[in-house]
Amino acid sequence: MRWVSRHVRRGDRLLLGALPILLLVLLYLFLAAQRHAANSLDKILPLPGGMVGAMAALLFQPDQLTGQLVFWADTLASLQRLGLGLGIATLAALTVGLVLGVLPPVRATFGPLVTGIAVIPPIALLPILFIALGLGETAKIALIVIGITPVMVRDIAAHVAALPREQIIKAQTLGASSWQIMIRVALPQAMPRLLHAMRLALGPAWVFLVSAEAIASDVGLGYRIFLVRRYLAMDVIIPYVAWIAALAVVMDLALTFLDRRLFPWAHGMGH
Amino acid sequence: MSALLSLRDVWVEYGDKIVLERMTLDVEAGSFISIIGPSGAGKSSLLRLILGQEAATRGYILLDGTPLTPECGPDRGVVFQRYSVFPHLSVLRNTVFGLECAGAPLSARLFGAPRRAAIAEASEMLDAVGLGDSLHLYPSQLSGGMLQRLAIAQALIKRPRILLLDEPFGALDPGIRADMHALITRLWRDYSLTIIMVTHDIREAFTLGTRVLALDKRRHDPHARHRFGATAIYDLPLRKEAGEAAAEATVVAPESRHDQKETISHG
Repeated sequence: MRWVSRHVRRGDRLLLGALPILLLVLLYLFLAAQRHAANSLDKILPLPGGMVGAMAALLFQPDQLTGQLVFWADTLASLQRLGLGLGIATLAALTVGLVLGVLPPVRATFGPLVTGIAVIPPIALLPILFIALGLGETAKIALIVIGITPVMVRDIAAHVAALPREQIIKAQTLGASSWQIMIRVALPQAMPRLLHAMRLALGPAWVFLVSAEAIASDVGLGYRIFLVRRYLAMDVIIPYVAWIAALAVVMDLALTFLDRRLFPWAHGMGH
Repeated sequence: MSALLSLRDVWVEYGDKIVLERMTLDVEAGSFISIIGPSGAGKSSLLRLILGQEAATRGYILLDGTPLTPECGPDRGVVFQRYSVFPHLSVLRNTVFGLECAGAPLSARLFGAPRRAAIAEASEMLDAVGLGDSLHLYPSQLSGGMLQRLAIAQALIKRPRILLLDEPFGALDPGIRADMHALITRLWRDYSLTIIMVTHDIREAFTLGTRVLALDKRRHDPHARHRFGATAIYDLPLRKEAGEAAAEATVVAPESRHDQKETISHG
């Protein structure tokens, strides 16, 4: 049987998917144990016990300066920035993308501008943001927004502009105005694509969040990672990175679930 | 009889390519016009012209005696071969959409009594096209024939002055196509429609139409093929009485129509 026609059952899929992750974990444990056998104070590849010990302090003991549980304060601060950034970017992408996609004159006027903004590396704008908006929350959220919005706008605009011409013509023969076509024909069909664009934007959004936190912050997951780097504290960095990965996976799954739940018509559903 | 739609010396050109030339046509209310012709003979251009999707380069088009603006409007309904329905709306909401647009300019949604009235009207229309049992299905759950039934119901709910069909049954298999022929003939008679249909199927053109237009180029320049456009080379009125023909078309099977087609095309 050819490999292209081998289909994997659901149970087997879970097992197969877990296999490489498990192997990587085992490899890490093996290497860590080896290093610790040579030097019991090794900091580069900490053993699970060491990570639990270091994380327990951050998870359950209030910080002496701020009185907060550091890990949860970091998580809350980062998620808040990410959520605000992603939310603002999504709203902007939806409105701007919709208008650009549906109305050819607007597309002709602002399309090149959006493309121009999209090719600027957002990190290069970070100094401008810090100078203009200060070192507070605004600059960090602005970096996420500026980083992911142009790509999302272009994606939504392209998707809307690619709706079959027949549909737009048909809507007009049913008496729909430009506005009605926008809200009743284009908007609902852009929504599944918007969730898809959000999923794709999550990766870059995390990059910009961690970058902004690394440069100027006093709380946040990215801030903590770059702070403890000075002490070679891999026993904190590795759990933090794993936690970021877990958060990102949960968000991705949640968006996928929402997409299937809210827009069943877009997924060629049965009944 | 006064014409519902008139084309007067209409030309359609794309750059230096001439697609249609010297098209002059009068469409009477209640007629069912089939347009046939080889690929690239401007059948779809003519349809888009009447639909308002394209503007004539020269000449003018009158609908009910007033010049047509080159924009689509609710007075001309259309059914395309594909993509005529909205995939994100159920069958019922696809049909109600046309009523909502007229009833609520800002929100394009109706509420309360107007909404109930619109739903009742749409359900009635869907019953007429045979989709009465599929009100809450989405287009992705419908077969090709059902999609075209929906597209027809969607267009008819606006009571268009003219219904334009662009190869509406081209993608359907023969059995379903015969059903659709019976359906469109019945609707044409029941709602006294004026229909212009573009088709590749010559038998379909003669079975359904009260008048068949064949488009092709009158002249060919072997060195510059694009410089001569197509026009109506045959204009065959099939029957005088629309109602009588409709009754006939539903009763007589397509096969037994061959002889009649022969005599008409020779006569």
